[in-house]
Amino acid sequence: MHELAIAESVVASVLERTGERHVTTVRLRVGRLSGVVPDALSFCFELATTGTALDGADLQIEAPNGRAHCRQCGQDFTLDDLILLCECGSADVEVVAGRELQVTSVEVV
Amino acid sequence: MCTTCGCGADEVRVTAVGTTDAATQPRGHDHGPGHAHPHPDTHPDTHGELPDSQDPTEPRTHTIDLEQRILAKNDQLAEETRHWLGDRGITAVNLMSSPGSGKTSLLERTIHDNGAGRPISVVEGDQETVFDATRIREAGAKAVQINTGAGCHLDATMVKSGLEKLDPGNGDLVFLENVGNLVCPAMFDLGEARKVVVISVTEGDDKPLKYPHMFAAADLVVVNKTDLLPYVDFDVDRCEKDARSLNPDVTWMPLSVQRGDGLDAWYEWLREL
Repeated sequence: MHELAIAESVVASVLERTGERHVTTVRLRVGRLSGVVPDALSFCFELATTGTALDGADLQIEAPNGRAHCRQCGQDFTLDDLILLCECGSADVEVVAGRELQVTSVEVV
Repeated sequence: MCTTCGCGADEVRVTAVGTTDAATQPRGHDHGPGHAHPHPDTHPDTHGELPDSQDPTEPRTHTIDLEQRILAKNDQLAEETRHWLGDRGITAVNLMSSPGSGKTSLLERTIHDNGAGRPISVVEGDQETVFDATRIREAGAKAVQINTGAGCHLDATMVKSGLEKLDPGNGDLVFLENVGNLVCPAMFDLGEARKVVVISVTEGDDKPLKYPHMFAAADLVVVNKTDLLPYVDFDVDRCEKDARSLNPDVTWMPLSVQRGDGLDAWYEWLREL
């Protein structure tokens, strides 16, 4: 349950940029292969924002799919989990998306 | 403080075992400027759920683009630690596992056998107690204990504090023995040169697929307690195959700390770091 630490990092990153302005919306990009559970993160976000300028902010999480590139056959495909296997049978697979863990933007008053 | 699992940013304590020092170093937990700001009555992006969400006097908001990695601060601090270690010829190894796999026993044996061929010092991470740091100290190496309180992993801030207290010698091999947990520690760069995951045959051979992030992040998987293989239902080959499905190039190392089987390979791996 590392989502609280992640939520605290979100708060710190945002406050560094927004100062004392009230933040009404926080948008994150949390890839499906990132190891972070959006529901758990939302729960922790409420705890981490309490008493801060982000208190009550709406949390919007974009969850991009995992994408991979097979170095063997050159195919790009969706990766639903961390098992690195192309349908051609090759395991020489590079993860190209889905591990994102970013604050994309915020709305401030 | 997370009421689901108890994770939290409670006070982190760093203790140099074997001295009178029991310093408490609170972990930063700045929640910012509090409520000295006006609250709008409503959220601008309502879902149509709140009866007062139609307030036309609602303050206008504007967007600030950040496009910033959430763990940027941790990762930056970890990178600073990596440079600090590199300047001193120190190699750090992040040792992760579930509780009870034998991380501390492996370190005790390694220290006893001088398996690394150079001095070892250890940053121990546990929620509570200085048990492990005491064991390392008694085995003959320097150790500090980080108590994470309710926290479930070490992070770069804690390790920086731990290393300052540990004061490892130039050229040391430093082990960062993480909190026993196969989930959370996988996410946090500590400034280490290598990540090692220890599993033991008593835990079951299904761990790689159950905890894929940990095994995907590992440079080396140590399978401990192989002396117990005759008594447990653990398929070493299946476990290796599953781990390689997540991490094709991972180094795989079955051994028994208790009986000494396979330790030569471990020591060779350490000496090549």
